[in-house]
Amino acid sequence: MSVQLVPYLYIASVALFILSLKWLSGVRTSRFGNWAGALGMVIAVGATLIAFKAGRYDLLVIAVAIGALIGVPIALFMPMTAVPQRTALSHAFGSLAAALVGTAEFYQKSPDINSFTMSILAVEMILGYLTFTGSLIAFSKLQELFLDRPITYKGRNIITLSVLGIALALAVALVLDPSQTVLLPLMAATALVFGILLVIGIGGADMPTVIAILNSYAGLSAAALGLVLNNKLLIVAGALDGSSGFILAVLMCKAMNRSFLNVLFGGVGAVKASKEKEEEVYSGRVKSASPEEVAALLETASRVVVVPGYGLAVAQAQHALGDLCKLLESKGVVVEFGIHPVAGRMPGHMNVLLAEADVPYEKLREMDAINPTFRETDVALVVGANDVVNPLARDTDSANPIAGMPILDVDAAKTVVVIKRSLSPGFAGIPNPLFAADNTLMLFGDAKQMVLALTAAVKGA
Amino acid sequence: MEELSSTDIAVNLLIFVMATFLGLELVRHVSRLLHTPLMSLTNAISGVSVVAALVVLARPSDTLVTVLATTAVALAASNSIGGFMITERILRMFRKQEKTGR
Repeated sequence: MSVQLVPYLYIASVALFILSLKWLSGVRTSRFGNWAGALGMVIAVGATLIAFKAGRYDLLVIAVAIGALIGVPIALFMPMTAVPQRTALSHAFGSLAAALVGTAEFYQKSPDINSFTMSILAVEMILGYLTFTGSLIAFSKLQELFLDRPITYKGRNIITLSVLGIALALAVALVLDPSQTVLLPLMAATALVFGILLVIGIGGADMPTVIAILNSYAGLSAAALGLVLNNKLLIVAGALDGSSGFILAVLMCKAMNRSFLNVLFGGVGAVKASKEKEEEVYSGRVKSASPEEVAALLETASRVVVVPGYGLAVAQAQHALGDLCKLLESKGVVVEFGIHPVAGRMPGHMNVLLAEADVPYEKLREMDAINPTFRETDVALVVGANDVVNPLARDTDSANPIAGMPILDVDAAKTVVVIKRSLSPGFAGIPNPLFAADNTLMLFGDAKQMVLALTAAVKGA
Repeated sequence: MEELSSTDIAVNLLIFVMATFLGLELVRHVSRLLHTPLMSLTNAISGVSVVAALVVLARPSDTLVTVLATTAVALAASNSIGGFMITERILRMFRKQEKTGR
């Protein structure tokens, strides 16, 4: 095939990437979207191999084989609860790849690099390296290997920003004199440290936002690489990726009524409510129920809305919950799910967990769609969620950490049943008046055990 | 280096800006239901940095550059192959309610 074809192959590949995102807008076309993306990638790599005769095909084959050996088993066997970790890990891989190519490009070209190219290249490397370590920390937090609590210390923001300042100063020095190759490892090292410092202070509740931001950075570094290499395919693909991560991050911030800067530098999640306030909210007003009582309520209901939170996934209760809902439906109860945008540990995570548990996707309703229906709901069943159903969030004047956060209005339902181990606070660290409301029944226990008990009680009746 | 003209730079920046707006518009219409597969898919697509690695490898280069770029090929390939596969696995789970009821 001739080299003249290459630009047209790149155009085809770009078109497929765009179609890929377009087809992802609906469930019905979404799998075509994935195939279009994969085909686009194959064409892109094929065209590049035509245009550039790589000397060492043996090395390439080995490299791709190693990549497949790492990527394929993870993709096939990772449980769905662990998809956020996999995503964080692949952000780490992708951004390190981009950073390494940038570094290789620098060593190959130095000192013959003009200032425009060098500035973009420096930004690309800083983004790539900081996303690499940031994503590794996010991975370890999500996997609960270590550092899963936010680590904050005095002067954290000053230290973090100074490290970024040093990295940027080294970048400027390189732009002024690209022959100073010795500065590059220093710049890379400070960017790596900055990535660690940036993510280490962020708590579990903010992980969906952090993952989305890192996704955006990984895309931006690929686009920057395209600008450096004058490769339009990379520019488009990177920009699509970058804007996607950006939108998801904005949506996550809105869903928590937080700003970007607040997520990155706020260190929320370390706040602890005072004991008195907790007693004041709960004293003598919390009613607990037995699985049999709740089962009776569920059976006689005409409409039940389930509100799942991350506690559901922690208890691995999603399959048991799916079975309970099928059982209730067979008895003529209408069952729907209200999904808060930040339910789970990455954007859309709860939907995937429930889809895996065989819940048809039409039953998964977004917060804005489900909220007006709680008034006609007989039972709202809250499983492993806390802050996203806390009425204190409506009190926008108060100083509590979730003030102004949009929540699911479960308290409007006739009866609210909350399955929870104890009255312990959620990520925000504040008590939840919902648990003490007149129409709330607490079902204390492990989410999976309780859902199984409910199923048994409904079956037995 | 094949020195870029200022027109090239301007065109590339224009492409970057337009692709960003296109991306924002496309992703805005993706259902919240599919945000997780959206992320794994864009992640797989960001594996195009493998193209950049191939471009760098095609030029005569010393050992350091070859090692860096080859490592990048392995990382980006794992990202892409794994990313498309897990997206497929996730999307396969989303199924419609059966008409007959269960």
